[in-house]
Amino acid sequence: MIPEFGHFALILSLGLALLLSIVPLLGSFRGDQKAMAMAPSLAIGQFVFVGIAFGCLVWSFIADDFSVALVANNSNSLMPAALKFAATWGNHEGSMVLWILFLSGWTAAVAVFSTALPLVLLSRVLSVLGFVAVGFLLFSLLTSNPFERLLPGVPQDGADLNPLLQDPGMIIHPPLLYMGYVGFSVAFAFAIAALMGGRLDASWARWSRPWTNAAWAFLSIGIMLGSWWAYYELGWGGWWFWDPVENASFMPWLAGTALIHSLAVTEKRGLFRSWTVLLAIFAFSLSLLGTFLVRSGVLTSVHAFAADPARGVFILAFLGIVVGGSLTLYALRAPAVQSRIGFEWISRESLLLLNNVVFLVATLTVLFGTLFPLITDALQLGKYSVGPPYFNAVFLPLMALLIPFMGVGPTSRWKRDATRRWVQELAAPAIAALVIGLVFPFVYGGEFNLWVMLAVILAGWLALAMLRDFAIRVRNAASLGAGLRRLPASYWGMQAAHLGFAITVVGVVLVSQYAVERDLKMSPGDVEEVAGYSFAFNSLEPVQGPNYVADGANFTVLRDGKPVAVLQPQKRRYLASGQIMTEAAIDAGAFRDIFIAMGEPLENGRAWAIRLHYKPFVRWIWAGAIAMALGGFLTLADRRYRRARQSVTAPTGGGLEAA
Amino acid sequence: MKRLRLFLPLGLFLVLSGFLLVGLRLDPQALPSALIDKPLPTFALPALGQDRVVDQAAVTGEVSLFNVWATWCASCRVEHPFLTRLADAGVPIYGINYKDEDAEALRWLDELGDPYRVSIVDAEGSLGLDLGVYGAPETYVVDTAGVIRYRHVGVVDERVWADILEPIVNELKREQLAGGPL
Repeated sequence: MIPEFGHFALILSLGLALLLSIVPLLGSFRGDQKAMAMAPSLAIGQFVFVGIAFGCLVWSFIADDFSVALVANNSNSLMPAALKFAATWGNHEGSMVLWILFLSGWTAAVAVFSTALPLVLLSRVLSVLGFVAVGFLLFSLLTSNPFERLLPGVPQDGADLNPLLQDPGMIIHPPLLYMGYVGFSVAFAFAIAALMGGRLDASWARWSRPWTNAAWAFLSIGIMLGSWWAYYELGWGGWWFWDPVENASFMPWLAGTALIHSLAVTEKRGLFRSWTVLLAIFAFSLSLLGTFLVRSGVLTSVHAFAADPARGVFILAFLGIVVGGSLTLYALRAPAVQSRIGFEWISRESLLLLNNVVFLVATLTVLFGTLFPLITDALQLGKYSVGPPYFNAVFLPLMALLIPFMGVGPTSRWKRDATRRWVQELAAPAIAALVIGLVFPFVYGGEFNLWVMLAVILAGWLALAMLRDFAIRVRNAASLGAGLRRLPASYWGMQAAHLGFAITVVGVVLVSQYAVERDLKMSPGDVEEVAGYSFAFNSLEPVQGPNYVADGANFTVLRDGKPVAVLQPQKRRYLASGQIMTEAAIDAGAFRDIFIAMGEPLENGRAWAIRLHYKPFVRWIWAGAIAMALGGFLTLADRRYRRARQSVTAPTGGGLEAA
Repeated sequence: MKRLRLFLPLGLFLVLSGFLLVGLRLDPQALPSALIDKPLPTFALPALGQDRVVDQAAVTGEVSLFNVWATWCASCRVEHPFLTRLADAGVPIYGINYKDEDAEALRWLDELGDPYRVSIVDAEGSLGLDLGVYGAPETYVVDTAGVIRYRHVGVVDERVWADILEPIVNELKREQLAGGPL
């Protein structure tokens, strides 16, 4: 019965979403207060019913209800409970329900936290979100029903979850990623609502900023977890592959990065308004496009879902309605007149414009590279694909171009600034960064390395210019503590995110330049030397897991004769599916990782191909991403957003708010 | 005029949707060989473990499979038992030992059994290059005239054989009996 309850709840939420997408919107154009006031309750109701549906699906997985096709295909009675829980979204149908759950969650959150918004705007924002929910609920119910039963002929046991996904990282990676993906729908809804009302002003930007920052922060963490998962679970020691599915999540992030910067200009200066609206549409469109690419089978990828053309046609049609509709609205309603407010070339506006251009070009670059195989195939030019060399060749110079200006950004002034002032304030950090960058490769690596030098100069410049900016901002304060306390949360957030970027740059370049990888044939008793560490292969023994059997190796890693770590990589065979998995063993450290993976058995299992990696600074990549996300979340604490709400309440506030 | 410029994003999106729509009908997994319906490339390469040189003429005359394999290729180990069963059932299979070491390859065949009539040693990968090999394992169906008729990328197992390769092989055999269109 439970799955049927879930199915029914999903249908009910579709009904509520339909109402939400129509009634308040019509009401907002006809000035019908009652119709508009329905929006928040409908939004919350929709969330409740999607929540019930999701709960029923989770229950089916936890309770091993193999009469549900989805459970039978993606779970197994031997799996630990936490993995059964995660298996709920480790597949196409279930992840769609998770998508919808988060979409409804964001919608309900807007309904709850934005009571101070003018009712016309709020009802339109919620209606737009409701419309998006209608599309995805229909998609789920019509083409990918998660509650489909296998009756009669219930299988004895499930086919098991793809072993690659049987991992704690997989429990949290998709939810966070989807939180980000879906979160951009709020920025999108605000943009569309603003276009409908024809009011694209600073207050619109201020309302959508915290939502956009939160979505961006979630997406940052989600992408970071995906990269980390690929690193330890795929067993190759790589952390980013420019795979279409990775790109699908990276593109909205890049566009979102441009958006949060552009929103800053629109809020503070009222500039770039059409541009910001376009970016908001663009970021969410890329989220939808990502969904299409991952689920339609138009591109091959290591972790795309099963291809199904019917689903592809549905999402493409929906994509056409949402994106085509909003771009048409944009073309008709966006302010075409240039705003009278101006700014000079040497100003913070220019720097943020540069940020926007760089991130937009980066997004389009990734988009082009991702779709290139599709385009050449469609034009019958042959089957091609572009690999990491293309992406790296375009992407890295863009980021390198960005950083010099990024260092100036926080110190720069709006409207008009002077290069002389920049030189005066920032010459010291620039020189210090140059010196550190020049010295670092010799001290750390023992020889000159151009890329390491450039990376350290750029990252050092970012970090030192940031410190300098802190100093500038507190120099008139009574004490250092008082000065720091006076700085708003959004400033701390920005600095944390920028510092995170610098940390990631260091991680990316150093690990790609200094990593050592050796593939060796080893038998128990062998000792090999890699990057100053000795790897002693102690023993080889069979391991029995809950739903797999494995060959397990036992290594002691020594440095200067002293043991550093005991590592136990495994080669697993999952019982239900027969799939073979490489379970790497990693000794993590702030400055280096040691990574052992088992390759193939040799000589009838007496020896193994063993992959030994030494990866310096690899953790910095993810530490930086965490700092960026933290920065995004920090901005939410800014008092400005709460103040803004109060000031908006005053003129429109009804009796309830006043009381 | 200014207003027209705002339609640009919409235009770009429509072009993109066109590509996506076409893309839905294409199968990205299918990797057609440039050599489909062309004869095997000419070659003269050593036979694995034998003191002779094989050329394309020596391995044509029958409907047969050409299997690209190597000891460094994990999936080749997976498909090996099935290939052996096919060979036992009388399907002619020629091996192309791709970018491999002879000693290793011989040891592999010793241990796991040898399903191949002969394995062509393509240590440099030159034959693989002519064939347009993406990676091992790959299996080509070649007809009696030595013309490549089908290419399969990836492991050949029971399902691939029953669903794809066997119907093609049977069809080619029928063509041969009927005098063949080619």
